[in-house]
Amino acid sequence: MVATSNPVVIIDPTDEREPIKRSLAKRPEHISGTLGLLDISKPRGDKFIDRLEQLINEQMPAVTVKRYMKPTVSKPAPHDLRQQIMNECNFVIEAVAD
Amino acid sequence: MTKALPTFSLPPVGAEREQNAYSFPSGKQTLICFVKEDCPTTRTSMPLLQQAQDIFGQNIDVVALAQNGEDDLVLVQEYGLTVPFLDDSTLNTSYAYEIDTVPSVFLATEDGNVTQQFIGFGRDDWKDLFQSLANQHDVTLPEIDWSSFPELLPGCGSKSMEPGIFERLKAESEGSPLRGRRVEIGVNDDIHEFLYEQGLTDGLPVIPPTPERVIRMLEGTTRNAQEVVAIVPPNLAPVTVEKIAVNSVMAGCRPEYLPVVITAVEAVCTDQFGMHGVGATTMGATPVIVVNGPIRHEIGMNMGLQALGPGNRANAAIGRALKLVLRNVGGQIPGETERTTMGSPLKFTMCFAEWEEISPWEPLHVERGFDENDSVLTVFAMTGLGQVIDQTSRTARSVVGSVGLKAEGLHHPKYHDYPDALFALCPEHVATIARDGWSKDQVRDRIQEITSRPVKELLSTEDVTVGIDPKLLEGAPDEELNRLVPKFASKSNIHIVVAGSQAGKFSAIFEGFSNRIGLDSTVTSKKIEK
Repeated sequence: MVATSNPVVIIDPTDEREPIKRSLAKRPEHISGTLGLLDISKPRGDKFIDRLEQLINEQMPAVTVKRYMKPTVSKPAPHDLRQQIMNECNFVIEAVAD
Repeated sequence: MTKALPTFSLPPVGAEREQNAYSFPSGKQTLICFVKEDCPTTRTSMPLLQQAQDIFGQNIDVVALAQNGEDDLVLVQEYGLTVPFLDDSTLNTSYAYEIDTVPSVFLATEDGNVTQQFIGFGRDDWKDLFQSLANQHDVTLPEIDWSSFPELLPGCGSKSMEPGIFERLKAESEGSPLRGRRVEIGVNDDIHEFLYEQGLTDGLPVIPPTPERVIRMLEGTTRNAQEVVAIVPPNLAPVTVEKIAVNSVMAGCRPEYLPVVITAVEAVCTDQFGMHGVGATTMGATPVIVVNGPIRHEIGMNMGLQALGPGNRANAAIGRALKLVLRNVGGQIPGETERTTMGSPLKFTMCFAEWEEISPWEPLHVERGFDENDSVLTVFAMTGLGQVIDQTSRTARSVVGSVGLKAEGLHHPKYHDYPDALFALCPEHVATIARDGWSKDQVRDRIQEITSRPVKELLSTEDVTVGIDPKLLEGAPDEELNRLVPKFASKSNIHIVVAGSQAGKFSAIFEGFSNRIGLDSTVTSKKIEK
């Protein structure tokens, strides 16, 4: 190990932001109204969502299900799509699969 | 014309810091002389500085600012000086006075405005100085043997301008362009281990980004250090010119590479390039940089032998600097948001130049709408690199056929409607193609032709389940099943550059990213501005 005789000063190469800790939104006790299912366009994600939709229809017949899809998995959902989901749904489930 | 000189407060050489410090302006007229003992012109000036003290010492302050600190006390002994020597061994005052030559002499009024100044040794300068002081203070000048002094002697370079020192002084000064957080590394820490342990490297050692080095790096651009260049995914962190310079130092860049790195950061942080997905994908994509135009030669890039490999500093360091910015500023860190299954050595660095001069075709940037005299870089999101070996073809049709057959396997032979791939054709293959007079477009046509397969061959089967779902084609007419599908979704997805050594029939193909045309990442070109 090579120790230097003087302390070396460097300029921080990072963005200097502390990682932001995000807390999860409060989980509801009951689901009612409209539930959005968002397919993020990952291959086979639709299979997973199909199954979810089937289970919801069986177990929560009063809940209306609406399906949505991101144009690509690689980019965040477009603003209009997020707005639409907010306007039309009380809940949303986003599915990741591969 | 009066100009206020910078104020200073300096202790005599050898004294405890701050003890008996001399503060300028002192309320008296002051003669200031910057000195260093290892300068012969300083020595020539010393008897006259002492004369000024002897003749005018009742009326004015005379001070020497010693750039070497205690080492300069040999002048006091040698010339029997009583002039106070003030310690400027930190060189902060020399820097503030923008001293580039020693000795530098300033005569200042009691409130600190300069009335006379000169550099080096000028017999007439000193004569004028003595005469004007004599007039101002009504003092009769004693006999001075001016003939024993040379008429003119050039000064010596100021210590504050020496390489490394100037940059440190700039970094420490009030007007420093650096705003980044300073991290002190303990004396018992190995700096390389420290940088690795902090997660700031790509696994290989980096050059420690000291303030001096960052200042020097910033000389490579005319842009303001605090200008925000882009918002870097995945953390959507604003990146300044300074932060790019810091990471460029770490990557091993020279200052003249900085404009290329800045432009690369701008190019990959566009929405169309989609750096978030490129960096996060399990597929293992990463930006590949191709540089065109005069800057290739200006910064000594490699476009010939081993253009895609190690050995050339510009190629290696520019590509690496971009990846370090993505990691350190953007937070694209393997195991966190970067989730690549296999990774790729391209993720360390991948930047090369096109050998435009040996190419029979328009270079990449001209094809993409730029002027041939523009310096331009183009970024491609790529996942791998493979080689086409064809040592026997003697016609364009045959050699391009080989290139196409190699490309058919990209991702998977059954994946057609393929997005962008980058072909780096070697000079020998290109010479064969050029002999038949083929244009780049004919090359693209041939690649599409030789890779075309009937739909029925691209169906998923029990043995090889990758492919088109046969259910989608149930009941389709033979015409549809026999329809030929080329490898690439469009000819425009075939990007061609020329690079590599003149010996060897080995071309290279960069494998693309994603299989959704135009959605995930678009090839992006940007002009390099200095």
